[in-house]
Amino acid sequence: MLENYLPILIFLAIAFVMGGVVIGMGFLLGTRKPDNEKLSPYECGFEAFEDARMKFDVRYYLVAILFIIFDLEIAFLFPWAVVLDEIGMVGFIAMMVFLGVLVIGFVYEWKKGALEWE
Amino acid sequence: MEFFIGLWEALPDGLQTVIWILLKIIAIILPLMICVAYYTYAERKVIGYMQVRVGPNRVGPKGWLQPIADAVKLMFKEIIIPSNANKALFLIAPAITLGPALAAWAVFPFDEELVLADINAGLLYILALTSVGVYGVIIAGWASNSKYAFLGAMRSAAQIVAYEIAMGFALVGVLVAAGSLNLGDIVRAQSGNGGLFSWFWLPLLPLFGVYVISGVAETNRAPFDVAEGESEIVAGFHIDYSGMAFAAFFLAEYANMILIAALSAIMFMGGWLSPFQGWPILGPLFDWVPGFVWLVLKTGLFAFLFLWLRATFPRYRYDQIMRLGWKVFIPITIVWIAVVGLAVVYQLPWWFD
Repeated sequence: MLENYLPILIFLAIAFVMGGVVIGMGFLLGTRKPDNEKLSPYECGFEAFEDARMKFDVRYYLVAILFIIFDLEIAFLFPWAVVLDEIGMVGFIAMMVFLGVLVIGFVYEWKKGALEWE
Repeated sequence: MEFFIGLWEALPDGLQTVIWILLKIIAIILPLMICVAYYTYAERKVIGYMQVRVGPNRVGPKGWLQPIADAVKLMFKEIIIPSNANKALFLIAPAITLGPALAAWAVFPFDEELVLADINAGLLYILALTSVGVYGVIIAGWASNSKYAFLGAMRSAAQIVAYEIAMGFALVGVLVAAGSLNLGDIVRAQSGNGGLFSWFWLPLLPLFGVYVISGVAETNRAPFDVAEGESEIVAGFHIDYSGMAFAAFFLAEYANMILIAALSAIMFMGGWLSPFQGWPILGPLFDWVPGFVWLVLKTGLFAFLFLWLRATFPRYRYDQIMRLGWKVFIPITIVWIAVVGLAVVYQLPWWFD
């Protein structure tokens, strides 16, 4: 059972090492002639005039929060989905109640305008 | 030769296993890299012909060496690290993007028995790894310390996250229908005498559409490519990357596209199964075709669809993208999960009995 996961562990290691190798190769083979202008952040030819870590729209936070709620929901749905044919109608109704609660929250967000981007 | 056999047998058992696994991994990654290279070539050619041009045709016969030339060029380019950037994060980001795009293939079944790690939680693993990709995007945008990169990363992260929910719900629908997280079992659940009509694309048609479109949005491809948005923020989160650091993002994007195409083939189009399985005349006629060939054909179909979409549709506006993800796809998928759930509980004939 657990030995099935050994290839995955090795694959993960190799995949991330590959990422490192790709960049390392770039440093090894590429030229390096840095100068001030080249190393400034790209802004279509303008001088960068303030720090790039600026204020941004609060709706991105909202999206992040909504994402956490829904993603957790999906995580709860996964085991239910796999055994649904064994737990039958009772399991189905139980999950529909759970989903119903979430849908109510979703409708509330929608009405509140959390999903508007105009 | 005998020397090598002797050497091999002298190795301890554990080491032999590890070497076997390493060889198998190379046998997956190497063809994948070649596929990625020639997918970029295919993209330029296909879009070229769709726009009544010929596409790249100078390097090698009919332009066949173009991806090789591109790779060599990128290798010898300077990697610029902007002076304001967080250097460590700046260099980690491409690796974090590329790693999961490759590692997700570990559980992928290429044929009935042809799978590196046949684990029970295959789909969960893939969902987890494809989610890690967004970290690369957001770290790249943050570490670059450039306004365009920052805006691109914010847009891209919010978009990926929004469509991941729709995608996750679509996957739940597949799980309900198949009753297993193992990708091989999902394909086996689709085999039946109806041939291509036994596959999940028919009973799960809305989820199928949602999954493929979300896949396009997940990989930041046109028409959902506001993260790149070359007419507004130039290149989005990877604007300050050059040379091989840029190539890593590029490889990851195309590897992800191939992964999404292959997953669509596995989950909705019967994976390695023949489309004529169980049909009176055509069925036996195509029996000799190996499953792997079917899988490649199906994956190629979706991969081509991605290019086709890019050549056909203008870019969506950002509010339209978010509206599609949150207000259209999520309600559709929730309703259809309930429908499929009922079908499974009542064991509806044809697909769920």
